[in-house]
Amino acid sequence: MRRKPQIAFFWLSVLLVALPFLTGAALGNSWVRVLDFALLYVMLALGLNIVVGYAGLLDLGYVAFYALGAYLYAWLASPHFGVHLPFWAVLPLGAALAGLFGVLLGAPTLRLRGDYLAIVTLGFGEIIRIFMNNLNAPVNITNGPQGINLIDPVALGGFRFAGTQQVLGVSLPSTYLFYYLFLAFTLAAIFIAMRLQDSRIGRAWAALREDEVAAAAMGVNTRNLKLLAFAMGATFGGLAGGLFAAFQGFISPESFNLWESILILCMIVLGGMGHIPGVILGAVLLTVLPEALRYIGDWQRHAFGHVYVDPSDLRMLLFGLALVLMMVYRPAGLIPSRQRKREFAAEDGVAEQEQASLYDARG
Amino acid sequence: MLEVNAVSKRFGGVTALEDVTLAVNKGEIYGLIGPNGAGKTTLFNCMTGLYSVTSGEIRLEGHPLHNRKPHEIVARGFARTFQNIRLFANMTALENIMVGRHTRTRAGVLGAVLRCERTRAEERAIRERARELLDFAGLHGKGRFLAGHLPYGDQRRLEIARALATDPHLLALDEPVAGMNPTERRQMGELFRRLRDAGITLLLIEHDVKLVMDVCDRVAVLDYGRKIAEGTPEQVQRDPAVIAAYLGAETRAAGAAP
Repeated sequence: MRRKPQIAFFWLSVLLVALPFLTGAALGNSWVRVLDFALLYVMLALGLNIVVGYAGLLDLGYVAFYALGAYLYAWLASPHFGVHLPFWAVLPLGAALAGLFGVLLGAPTLRLRGDYLAIVTLGFGEIIRIFMNNLNAPVNITNGPQGINLIDPVALGGFRFAGTQQVLGVSLPSTYLFYYLFLAFTLAAIFIAMRLQDSRIGRAWAALREDEVAAAAMGVNTRNLKLLAFAMGATFGGLAGGLFAAFQGFISPESFNLWESILILCMIVLGGMGHIPGVILGAVLLTVLPEALRYIGDWQRHAFGHVYVDPSDLRMLLFGLALVLMMVYRPAGLIPSRQRKREFAAEDGVAEQEQASLYDARG
Repeated sequence: MLEVNAVSKRFGGVTALEDVTLAVNKGEIYGLIGPNGAGKTTLFNCMTGLYSVTSGEIRLEGHPLHNRKPHEIVARGFARTFQNIRLFANMTALENIMVGRHTRTRAGVLGAVLRCERTRAEERAIRERARELLDFAGLHGKGRFLAGHLPYGDQRRLEIARALATDPHLLALDEPVAGMNPTERRQMGELFRRLRDAGITLLLIEHDVKLVMDVCDRVAVLDYGRKIAEGTPEQVQRDPAVIAAYLGAETRAAGAAP
């Protein structure tokens, strides 16, 4: 019995290591790039999940922290300012800067809840993007809408994540190398998110989400714990931002618009808010499916010789449809936590509990 | 132990509390009664930091409590329950009590992520204490149910267990037996005496006169935000001002009937 999870774990690791090769062989190397983005979005979704899923603070400006991480990376490792700090030094700085901004932007919203909080955070998200768009004069800090180009490729020690590299006798394109780099960070993010959820801090966040007044009356410092949730979530976002900048080699304000924030929130809601496997599934699905829809364009060209429905329009349509269907059939998400499933099915809970107490009586 | 000194609370033009002064002694069960809207819950909210006071001061064991944050007051050893039960409905009964241990434990983000020996020992201690309190409150074996799914009486008891998890010296209960049947009320009265014997001072808002007369050592009566009487249950019961507040004064009763 005890061997079973270990065997599953073994096969999962084999699958994760082999995944880019399998994907590359079956669908072509461009899909490995999609995998890289899927991992990046898993990190972002896990970060936002701390704020929204754990602490119950609806944040619609999350992409601001992603932007800050990316821009700090670009400032400190590109010809833009002529500064070229190494990857391992810039990445933590970006995460820390984002975390700091998490606290700064969180502080004025402490008294707000629900819809009001969502609107204010949405505003903050846009403010950061508009700053990035316009801070090219009088002093050129962000290079405005053109964005920052020629960001240094990642180098760890003497190993460069650029072009094709020989690793253990296998030649790997950079998308494969980034896959393993992102995988390592994603696994670390999953680990941290899990540990945080099942801890004194995680319980206090859950209490805050359930009833703020009662949480305060039970000795939870609501101000500090909210700020901590904002800071932790922002740190994940800043980290993902740095990785994104390093991966793309180019960033512009366009990558950090409101739509990104909403997309990340959708990943959480679709997968199952507050539940890590759900959040991961949501992030992977919403990164991979839109890419898969691109084939519909080719397919139409083959079948009719003309593209009747633009795949990108269809993407939005199906996206909306998926969310509507989900709200009807699986309101708690695709893989909800047991807790949230019960929240959405309160009546069933009574029967379940009676069942359980019967079981107790017999045992 | 708890001194309330000339406390007033105004909401705009409404005076909810006016010049209320009272003192709770260590080790007693102190009852706070009064007609609906007399300001009992407002006084509780002022004491526990949910409301700021307009004037006056509140001290617990000499430390000022007025206009402090709720969590600071809990840390001083003053816990409470709510009139309309405010459990964390979607957390299990055990988790609810574990949240109550928050002020008495330390582990932060680093401890949570690294889960070093100290954090694990602390988590074990939290769980163990929570189980003890669950049993103490008569909820043995119900730890894994969601708080929102527990029967009403159990929810009341769970709220007390959660408040006890903060290690209070003074526990304030807002209508703890409201809506309970006589058997449950008797059990609750029993629990209050056990708490007092464990060295916890109790402050009780209650409408059930029989329970108040049975368990309280001293009683204060509020009416329209003022204290109109204070003393042992027997004294208060005979006080003409109290009788007037609850039943109406004779002169008014004779003349005002429509």
